[in-house]
Amino acid sequence: MNVNQISVFLENRTGQLAEITHLLADNGIDLRAISIAETADYGILRIIADDAERAASILLAHGNILTMTPVMVVGVPDEPSSLSKLLAIIAEGEIGIEYMYSLFTHPNGKAYMVFRVADEAGLAALLEANGIAPVDKAELGLK
Amino acid sequence: MKRYYQPEIETASREQILEWQNERLVKQVRHVWDNVPYYRAKMEEKGVTPDDIKSVADLHKLPFITKDDLREAYPYGLMGKPLSDCVRIQSTSGTTGKRVVAFYTQKDLDLWEDCCARAIVAVGGTKEDVCHVSYGYGLFTGGPGLNGGSHKVGCLTLPMSSGNTDRQLQFMTDLGSTIICCTPSYAAYLAESIHERGLRDQIKLKAGIFGAEAWRENMRHDIEEKLGIKAYDIYGLTEISGPGVSFECEEQTGMHINEDHFIAEIIDPDTGEVLPEGSKGELVFSCITKEAFPLLRYRTRDICVLSREKCSCGRTFVKMTKPMGRSDDMLIVKGVNVFPSQIETVLLAQGYPANYQIVVDRQNNSDTLEVMVEMTPENFSDSLVKITEMEKSLVAELKAMLGIYAKVKLVAPKTITRSEGKAVRVIDKRKI
Repeated sequence: MNVNQISVFLENRTGQLAEITHLLADNGIDLRAISIAETADYGILRIIADDAERAASILLAHGNILTMTPVMVVGVPDEPSSLSKLLAIIAEGEIGIEYMYSLFTHPNGKAYMVFRVADEAGLAALLEANGIAPVDKAELGLK
Repeated sequence: MKRYYQPEIETASREQILEWQNERLVKQVRHVWDNVPYYRAKMEEKGVTPDDIKSVADLHKLPFITKDDLREAYPYGLMGKPLSDCVRIQSTSGTTGKRVVAFYTQKDLDLWEDCCARAIVAVGGTKEDVCHVSYGYGLFTGGPGLNGGSHKVGCLTLPMSSGNTDRQLQFMTDLGSTIICCTPSYAAYLAESIHERGLRDQIKLKAGIFGAEAWRENMRHDIEEKLGIKAYDIYGLTEISGPGVSFECEEQTGMHINEDHFIAEIIDPDTGEVLPEGSKGELVFSCITKEAFPLLRYRTRDICVLSREKCSCGRTFVKMTKPMGRSDDMLIVKGVNVFPSQIETVLLAQGYPANYQIVVDRQNNSDTLEVMVEMTPENFSDSLVKITEMEKSLVAELKAMLGIYAKVKLVAPKTITRSEGKAVRVIDKRKI
């Protein structure tokens, strides 16, 4: 049910992001989502790749520092108010969201949201109770 | 105008000065031998006894004292008087976290303050002056030293301490400060602020005494022009007493060393050999009047040149150039001594790799200190909050160790230059 996100340490230096995407492109890794959290001096690059393990080993081999973080992906109809409804459910269930971003692609006519929460089991149970099934890797074509 | 604080001493003949030095050195070596077992052991190791020291010509026979000795003998090992006879402690940073603590008897304080008073009179200070002391007060010797000297001269003394520029400027304009004492970088900052706020016509400053960090002629001209004052250098170190070990006179061509209290030598930092007069080398001081912390042949690690050329001010004390560098890796940042080893100690204790780089720069005449640290897999996490907290705690630990703020910059692994063998630990971009 969980999707593996790769979190990479980013130094605040022009061109660092390009170096990483170039490296992954050269190795035929397909990126499904990218998000960056940053301070003035450094940042964390968060990636969902088609093959997380291979992407991670390539990045590691090139001296990057990274960690694998389990995240939850939820599909919502690609139409107004659907995200708002989903977030309302999560808020009512009192699950704190650490961060959230979306996938580039919209397979199956859906928008896919990536969630990182402290209480993963809580979120899974809450979604289930509301008839929402978290997306598994296969639905997204991830290894 | 009064030109000297103690004219009979400051303009004494060279013969007279040498006579004082001979007599005081012999007495001091005996005092140290009798009261400082740590140094006595060093003398014995070298096969020297007080009987071997009959005049300044024998000084070279004595062993050196280094920062390592201060650390080893910390805190009481180099004292020449019982604690009950001491009235003050001042302190400065040591090489790896243990601070240097210096002790003073009341007599030591008197002599130190005399030295500072000489410096104040040399820049034209009299009892009519308002002396604005913006050096830090506390363990740092800057504030207490100039404060004491200012009292001795009879100036109205403003113990401002450092920081709070608004208040500094308010007192300066409202109370008519005429002499300011602070680090040259803070003087430059104040000059800039006065210039920006258009306060130049409201200040009455005529002279400044600026020390505790390196500065060059261009900075002097800049400060002098912006403040409309004469800017003078002062030199000193906690181990020897504090500011006032030497000071500049109106000629502004070097600092007169108070030779009635301190004997200066220039040595080759590699061999320890005394170098002929006029050579560039490491400055070594022997304190010949101090009681509580009577260091003999203390290696300052400052590189400079001594000159006995006759000075137009009439003082007969030898002059030293501004320090031209260090024979160790100590940095002076914002007037504070910083050793790379201190930073390394903190990094290791906090679980960072010892591979780091220190970047010192001077922006708008103020020093900046940045420590570049490589991120490690152990320290990295997906949480920006955690990393930021870690960074904050490192900044706090560095501040506790160094006494000044150091910006921490987390960088990607293997980005800090490793040259063949020896790593480049310090990049000093200051043009001084």
